[in-house]
Order: sequence, then C-alpha cells, then structure tokens
Amino acid sequence: MFYREAGDFKTSYTDDSQTFPIKFDRYRYYVVLVSAFAVVPFVVNDYWVNAVFLPFLIYAIAAIGLNILVGYCGQVSLGTGGFMAVGAYSVYKLMTSFPDVSILIHIILAGVITAAVGVLFGLPSLRIKGFYLAVATLAAQFFLVWLFNRVPWFYNYSASGQISAPERSFLGVPVTGAETAPWAAYLFCLVFVVASAIIARNLTRGMAGRKWMAIRDMDIAAEIIGVNPLKAKLTAFAVSSFFVGISGALFFAVYLGAVEVGEAFGINKSFLVLFMVIIGGLGSIFGSFAGAAFLVLLPVLLKNTLVGGLGWPTDLAAHLEFIIVGALIIIFLIAEPHGLAQLWRVAKEKLRLWPFPH
Amino acid sequence: MKQRLLTALTAAMLVASPALAELTIVDTSYRTGPYGANGIPFSDGYQDYFTLLNERDGGIGGEKINLVECETGYNTEKGVECYEATKSAGNGALIYQPLSTGITYQLIPKVSSDGIPMHTMGYGRTSAKNGEVFKWVFNYPANYWDGASHAITHILNENGGDIKGRKIALVYHNSAYGKEPIRTLEELAKKHGFELTLLPVEHPGQEQKSQWLQIRREKPDNVLMWGWGVMNQVAVQEAVNIRYPMDQFIGIWWSGSENDVKAAGEGANGYKALTFHNLGDEYPVYDDLRKFVVDGGKAAGAGDQVGSVLYNRGMYAAMLAAEAIKTAQEMHGVSAINAAQMRDGMENLEMTEAKMAALGLPNFGPEFKVSCQNHGGNGFGAVSQWDAAAGEFKLITDYFQSDQEIISALVAEDSAAFAAESGITPGC
Repeated sequence: MFYREAGDFKTSYTDDSQTFPIKFDRYRYYVVLVSAFAVVPFVVNDYWVNAVFLPFLIYAIAAIGLNILVGYCGQVSLGTGGFMAVGAYSVYKLMTSFPDVSILIHIILAGVITAAVGVLFGLPSLRIKGFYLAVATLAAQFFLVWLFNRVPWFYNYSASGQISAPERSFLGVPVTGAETAPWAAYLFCLVFVVASAIIARNLTRGMAGRKWMAIRDMDIAAEIIGVNPLKAKLTAFAVSSFFVGISGALFFAVYLGAVEVGEAFGINKSFLVLFMVIIGGLGSIFGSFAGAAFLVLLPVLLKNTLVGGLGWPTDLAAHLEFIIVGALIIIFLIAEPHGLAQLWRVAKEKLRLWPFPH
Repeated sequence: MKQRLLTALTAAMLVASPALAELTIVDTSYRTGPYGANGIPFSDGYQDYFTLLNERDGGIGGEKINLVECETGYNTEKGVECYEATKSAGNGALIYQPLSTGITYQLIPKVSSDGIPMHTMGYGRTSAKNGEVFKWVFNYPANYWDGASHAITHILNENGGDIKGRKIALVYHNSAYGKEPIRTLEELAKKHGFELTLLPVEHPGQEQKSQWLQIRREKPDNVLMWGWGVMNQVAVQEAVNIRYPMDQFIGIWWSGSENDVKAAGEGANGYKALTFHNLGDEYPVYDDLRKFVVDGGKAAGAGDQVGSVLYNRGMYAAMLAAEAIKTAQEMHGVSAINAAQMRDGMENLEMTEAKMAALGLPNFGPEFKVSCQNHGGNGFGAVSQWDAAAGEFKLITDYFQSDQEIISALVAEDSAAFAAESGITPGC
C-alpha cells in the first residue's frame, strides 16, 4: 500500500537511476541515517558500543570489501584475515611513526597500503580460478600472519609481539585508546561505514562494477566484448583490499585497542567474513550489512538470553550458541541460497503488490 | 528493522540481570574450546572458594559475594564483550582475573581508565610489576620472567652451577603469552653462557611434529615449554615419542597440570613443571570445601576437579582476592568496598605464613608483600615433578627467588616504554 512505484514520477534520468527509486525506500534510508547519526550516539553506553555496534560496523566494512571481490567479481578469497592484519599493522606503524598526523589520514593510508598488498596477491588470479585461487589467497593469509609474527619491526620490537593503539584524537576528541567516549568511537566508525557503503554501491553500479560482474559471469565472454581482465580483476582486488584494510585498521585501533596477529587475524577471521558475505548475499551491499549483523549480533543475543535471561551455565550456553548459529546458517542457506539479501528482495517484491497480489 | 528488533530484545535481556549483591566478583572463565580443559579446573577452584566463604562465613566481613561468570572462550573479542557486560554488574565489579595474556593486554588500558583493579597471577604483562606505571594491574606472587629465571636456576642447581655451552630449547605458544619469556631467557643466556633455541608452536598447538623432530635432531640438553591448553598434552606426548629424557623437560606453571601429562601415560613420569603454590589436597581448607560446597551440591562445574593443580591455582587466586578484600575493609572501615578501595587492599596485601595457616592453607604459597612500587611480589617459585605411578605432581624443591638483577632491569625498561607510549607519568 505504502511501498509502491505508482504515483512516484521521475522527471529526469538522475532521478530514475538513483539508488532508492521508491519513495518509501528512500525515506526509510534517510530515517536510518538520521537515527544512526543523531539518535544512537546519545543513547549508547560502553556495552552497546563495544559489544554490539563497533563489531557490527567494522565487520560490515570488511564484508562490503569481500563482497566486491567474491560477490561482484567472482574471485574467491580466503585472505581477508591477512589483509585486515595489513590494515591493522599499517595503521599501527603510521600512528607510532607520525603521531602528529590525523588518525583519519592514517586509516585511509592503511587502506591504500592494503590495496597495494591486495593487488600483489591478486596477481595469481590472472592465471588461476575458483578453488585454486582460494588456495592461493589462503597462502596470502598464512604468509601475512607469519610475517607480522616473525618480523619484530612490525610490532616495534615489543616483548610480547602485541601491538597496542596509543591515544589519538580526531577534531580534539579521542577516538582511540582507553579514554575514548563510546559515542566518539561509534560515530568515527559510522562515518567510515557510510562512506564505504556509498562508494561501494556507486562503484558496483557504474562501469567498474559492470566489468567485474562481466568477469564473474563469464570471463572469456567479457574479454571478447572488450573488458580487460587484468584491469578488472586487479581493480577488484585493490578496491576490496582497501575496504578490508580500513576495517582491519578500525578493528585494531578503535575496537580492540591491542591485538595479536595470530589470534585476531587468523584463518577464522577469513572464514567469518566469508560466511557473512555468503549468508548476507553475494553481490549485494545490503547483504554485507545483513550478514555482519547476523553473525555479530546473534551470538551476543543468544548469550544474553541464555545466561542473562534464563540463568543457564555459561559453558552450556556457549555450546548451544554454536549449535543454534550453525543450524540457523544451514536453515537459511537451504531456505534461501542467495542469502538474506534475497529474502529482503522477495519481501520487497511482495510488498509492491500488497494487498492485491495477482 | 531486524537490527532494531534485535537491539530491543537484547536491551530487554540486559535489564533482566541477576539480583544485586554487595561484593561483585567476575569470573571470566573459559569452559569451551581448545583451552577449556585448563580453564575449567581454574574456574571451578575460583568459584568454589567464594562459595565456601558465602556458605561458611556468610561472605567477607558480613557482605555476601555475588559471583558473575562470563565465558570468554580464550578469545579476546569475547573477553572485551564480557568485560563491558559485567563491569557494572551489581555495585560494580571489584576485580578481574582474565586468565589470558591476550585479554589482559586488551584490558590494561580499559581497567586503568575505568578504575577497576586486575590481577594477573602468573601471566599477563610482566612489567605490570612496576606499580608506578601500572596502577590498576597486579601480578603477584610471580610472573613469566620469574618463571624463566626459576627454570634456569633449577638447571644451574642440577648441574653444579655451570651451564656454559649447554643447549636449551624453548617450545612456546606463538602468541603474546609464549613470547613473554624470550627476552629474559636471552639475557640469562648471555649471563650464563648457554645456547638458546626458539621453537614456536602455532595456535592451538596440535601440530608440533616438526618442532620435536628438530629437538630429536639437535638434542638440546634441556627443553623449556610455555604452553597452554591442548598444546601441553601434545608436547608431552611428542617428547615421550622421541624418548626425550623427561627430567630435562621443564614446563612453566601453565604447562604442569594433570590434564597435560595423564594422556602420555607412564612415559611422562619425571616431567617437571614450575609452580608458585603448593599442590595436592592435604589441607584443612579442603575439609571445609567438601563439607560446605561439594557435599552440598554447590560446586561449580561438574565438581570433579577438587585438588587438581589448576583447581588449587584458581582457589589460590580467589583466596588472594578475598584477602585483599579483607585488607581493604580494614583499611577503609567499610564492609561494602568499591573498586578503588579494592585496589588499595591489593596494594597493601601481605601474605604471611600465619595468615595462610589461619585460612587452612599452611605453607601453601610463598610469603610476599605488595607495595605501591612493587605489584609483583618477590618472585618466589618452586619446581614440581610428575609421578606417573602416584598420578600427582610433587614439589621437589623449596621456594627460591628468581634472578632479580636481570628481571628488575627488564621490568624497568619495558614499563618505561609503556609509560612513554601511553603518556603516563610514573609515580606513587
């Protein structure tokens, strides 16, 4: 009834090709943005930010990055954890080497460095595909973790090999270190998330995105119609790694404050982000958010329900959590192999016709 | 929409937190994952001691203890979630004991900023010994660098004080935890002239074939181990497989529990591990524990860990926390203390033989005294040895002190680096 195209007239091409062509969608999007920027910061506390919002926002950036590579360009990657580590260690080295430069610039530079590393490890994708490429990126994962463990220069020769984020401010407000106010950390990450989503969305529906999708759907055909596979694949690796690097930098500097490469950026992280992308929906920006929300919020919610609400023993709750999350993943993938984004799409199609379907 | 719904639900769940009590103690345990086998006995001991105080004495100084458990799975992200979820439980958490070096590093800036003391007994950041820099962090009675020195001192004593040219290998968990002793061992190697070989093992530590192949080939005179969880069992089994002399194989205190050696059977006989407290269940406090906790069905977990090495360690940690609470109550004259008063209690804690005997734990741990400058105790430890026939670890030495000369210098250096990095002005 409310969700419909009828009566919503477009008078220019720009209007017609906007991201949210349906009025209801557009207003919903504005409402989400306004509440995220102007309401949430006033009501969040430490727990909400550190246990719910920061991991959700940061994983959403990583999922967007990986979705560009896997969902849009069709290049399977298991190196996400390693690329996040590149982002984290770059921002650490930059923060400690140039303490006077703004943290914002450091995080963007960390993304650029990760993009360069991503391109390097993306080179094999020109020759190999599918599972073989997955194995090549897996090698990147192990190599990068080994490198950051092995070379003391990366962790400034500290005794334990841990890196810890010193306090840095943005516009006079501390955003890293222990004195960070919850709203500051939240807003800082939110800005990156919104910017990443807008950039990614517009890249994927422009020429670059169409080239990636052409490569994904059939690389030989794409080459015949004039898509340069070298450029398309390497730009996908670069853009994807850029976002993943930014998420790694935020993960270390804003969220955890201290990390150890093997534990924080191990192979588990690569799988976690890949699952987010698959459950959320390959080739969908919304899907990246949905997948991140599903895998970050569900365990926290289950834990609070079982331990806090029902008072069950913590070990039982932890084991049940694995079972429930695992079962839900399987159920979701059987019910809708194209992820949560597809469920959302179907729901929207139905809503357009509601209450008078054919 | 979905997210809103979830957040609303979570909010509802959070509001329904357990009833308030006066003294809130958080147990960030791990009963799942590859480190669960070691996390369970520690957590059981920790909880049972507080249950005992509640059941027998009605709490501490008349205040009941509210114990909040949170499962971390030895994972730093979950550790942060647990910390944020529990720090304001009840009247505010009094003390954190994360039992994970990774989580400790994460929490050091947070507890310093929130003003909640953290006790990392025999783990964590070693330079937290320097109380002038780490005001909220305590690591008495001993730390990793003490442990490294204890192992070397023990080897020195066994070999008539001369270990020049001896080959010593360190098998370590390739993480912040395992890397801690390296710097100390390197200094000790310079001082005593032994050769140090480093053999990292990746998390979780099930794959150690190549490391032990190297040991078999190079035949080091001693092997030291910094392992935790499943890594310990695998290492002991591999050592048995290559017929390494077990009495030359020394584990840190986190590599010396029954779980770690039982799987290897008879072959593990003679394996040595360090410890900073006594072993077994021949103490009066165990009679009370059985009477008030275990027999009443109030034991944490399955209740089958009583008297194991890590159970004793968990109980010891709880005992030290309880004694710090008593000290704080006496100092401030209030029974319902807050976290800042708890810190004062910890900083003025003094453990004497008379005190431990009165608690039903005679000769259980070394005597030590905490001060504002020294948050780490005096660095006393002992060596225990596994007796496979009897199925228990036995102390084979008295408590002896670590090489304070080397360790003090390293602590000063590392804490100064931390102070500079985070803009702290050291002082008491």
